[in-house]
Amino acid sequence: MKKLSFVLAIAMFASLPTLALAAGAIDGGTKQSLNSVAIGMFVAFVALTLGITYWAAKQTASAADFYSAGGGITGFQNGLAIAGDYMSAASFLGISGLVYTSGYDGLIYSVGWLVGWPIVTFLIAEQLRNLGKFTFADVTSFRLGQTEIRILAACGSLVTVAFYLIAQMVGAGKLIQLLFGLDYWMAVVLVGGLMMIYVTFGGMKATTWVQIIKAVLLLLGATFMAGAVLYKFGFSPEALFAKATEVHPKKTAIMEPGSLISNPLSAISLGLALMFGTAGLPHILMRFFTVKDAKAARKSVFYATGFIGYFYILTFIIGFGAIVLVSTDTAFLDASILEKTKSGIAAIKGGSNMAAIHLADAVGGNVFLGFISAVAFATILAVVSGLALAGASSISHDIYAMVIKGGTADEQDEIRVSKIATLFLGVLAIILGIIFENQNVAFMVGLAFAIAASCNFPVLVMSIFWKGLTTRGAMIGGFLGLISAVVGVILSPAVWEATLGNPKGSAPVPLDNPALFSITLAFAGIWLFSVLDRSARARADRSGFDAQYVRCQTGIGAAGAVTH
Amino acid sequence: MDGNSHEKIKQDPNYQELVRRRSSLGWTLSLIMLVIYFGFILLVAYAPKFLGIRLGAGVTTIGIPIGLFVIVSAFVLTGIYVSKANSAYDTLIRRIIER
Repeated sequence: MKKLSFVLAIAMFASLPTLALAAGAIDGGTKQSLNSVAIGMFVAFVALTLGITYWAAKQTASAADFYSAGGGITGFQNGLAIAGDYMSAASFLGISGLVYTSGYDGLIYSVGWLVGWPIVTFLIAEQLRNLGKFTFADVTSFRLGQTEIRILAACGSLVTVAFYLIAQMVGAGKLIQLLFGLDYWMAVVLVGGLMMIYVTFGGMKATTWVQIIKAVLLLLGATFMAGAVLYKFGFSPEALFAKATEVHPKKTAIMEPGSLISNPLSAISLGLALMFGTAGLPHILMRFFTVKDAKAARKSVFYATGFIGYFYILTFIIGFGAIVLVSTDTAFLDASILEKTKSGIAAIKGGSNMAAIHLADAVGGNVFLGFISAVAFATILAVVSGLALAGASSISHDIYAMVIKGGTADEQDEIRVSKIATLFLGVLAIILGIIFENQNVAFMVGLAFAIAASCNFPVLVMSIFWKGLTTRGAMIGGFLGLISAVVGVILSPAVWEATLGNPKGSAPVPLDNPALFSITLAFAGIWLFSVLDRSARARADRSGFDAQYVRCQTGIGAAGAVTH
Repeated sequence: MDGNSHEKIKQDPNYQELVRRRSSLGWTLSLIMLVIYFGFILLVAYAPKFLGIRLGAGVTTIGIPIGLFVIVSAFVLTGIYVSKANSAYDTLIRRIIER
């Protein structure tokens, strides 16, 4: 198997430049010309991460190694990895692009993405580490019916992972097409292929280190960009804002909330999804099992919150920097759109998501552009790997080992199932990525957060803190949250009108994000059906709470660091 | 953990203190974060013009420091919890385990 990874690595290497060259020759409209610096840096990143995967594969023998890196990740390293999971290409390019087009509205989004973390620290992180082993379903099923709750958790995890993965794959294809001049399908296959190699051979250890390296590179790159922008304005944000309001067509309106959030209920609903969705994302929750104990778990969220908050402040500066330096420079603008709209903001080559990429060129030239492009690609790779591992763990640990084998699965068989599941998810992600190429997938990340907030989070938090929770209550409430979130999104303006093409104003649900009612429905369902539950199972569920709570608070009996 | 040991731990005053202090801090800080964040969202939804009030003669609006405050408060609240937990709770847990 190790030999195979080596062979694959060589094959990957050998094929990369040729793939790129072949694609560069095909004229693809918006496609960027071939950027050899970017490709060189990306190849270097892939070489380094494949080396790490080779090293990690040699140390990955047990299920604990595969799922949780043997519990050997430190709090600081895990903080970087969590931040890396969160600082996806969507948040780096998307938020800086949003600041570029709308100014202050971008900050409103960043704030929403960040505020879930304190809640994770206060209510989830330590409890998760003390009660669980590999997946968050270990916690929710601690005292409840194993079979039912594992199936619920697996459904919640897999649906969340699937939507998040499709959004990332489509974004990856589009971005790589623009950055490297690769064909869309090749980019998707490349991302899917590398992801399968990292996860199947290196498990959690490789996935974590790929994430850490990428997080460091991204933080350094963003710091340099924001620093270069501020340097041009004598480190005075006021001078930067003054120039930006002068050149932006919306003028000083970019310094206050704009049209992006117009309906108050929509704003609250989105806020709820972002805040509580964070605490229900399976690939994030899984990271708390990679550290030694509860103390390391809580420290890791503290570091992660710091890194993510710092990063969002940087993206705000980067977005404003792009308004000043990119929208005024015809080298970065599409001449025909500029002719029509007279607006540098609208005419940006490749769309607003390219604001940070063009800014890299503007402040650091071709070499830095190559660096940031390679980092953006690396970001996608690292995030999809984490997602694939979370999805595969749910299939192998929750469904195969706990439901099908009733907790008596052979460890090596379980790892094998997990690897097969990873390959299956990888192929599925590639196929879905290609199918959804020309669909608007922007709603999918919001949907993933809504499902995480409406199904995974309520069940998790109630199972940790509420003695009265029963298996039946968790099942009914959890599925109510899951189904209402999915249905709510389908009937929302973003999908009903924008994606399915129904006339404007015809969406049955006026909210773009269903979290407001789907979270309420989930909690209400969990409460009502638990209170009404008089079965023997319910008595066992409730009487198991005290022992669980003692372990949750003290960590006595928690899965050890290296052996389980 | 066997059937009786958690009953014994439940009677331990150290454990009772741990649970009381940790829960009250955790829920209080969560509530503070919710109030800060949804306060901000309500301002965005109902008083966008307030966030557009300029600070002094420049173009910087009051919304910028308010937004930064929400980001920094998330970090500071997390820090408060972690430092309390590191100093007080871990000692209590050690005492419970030693019993």
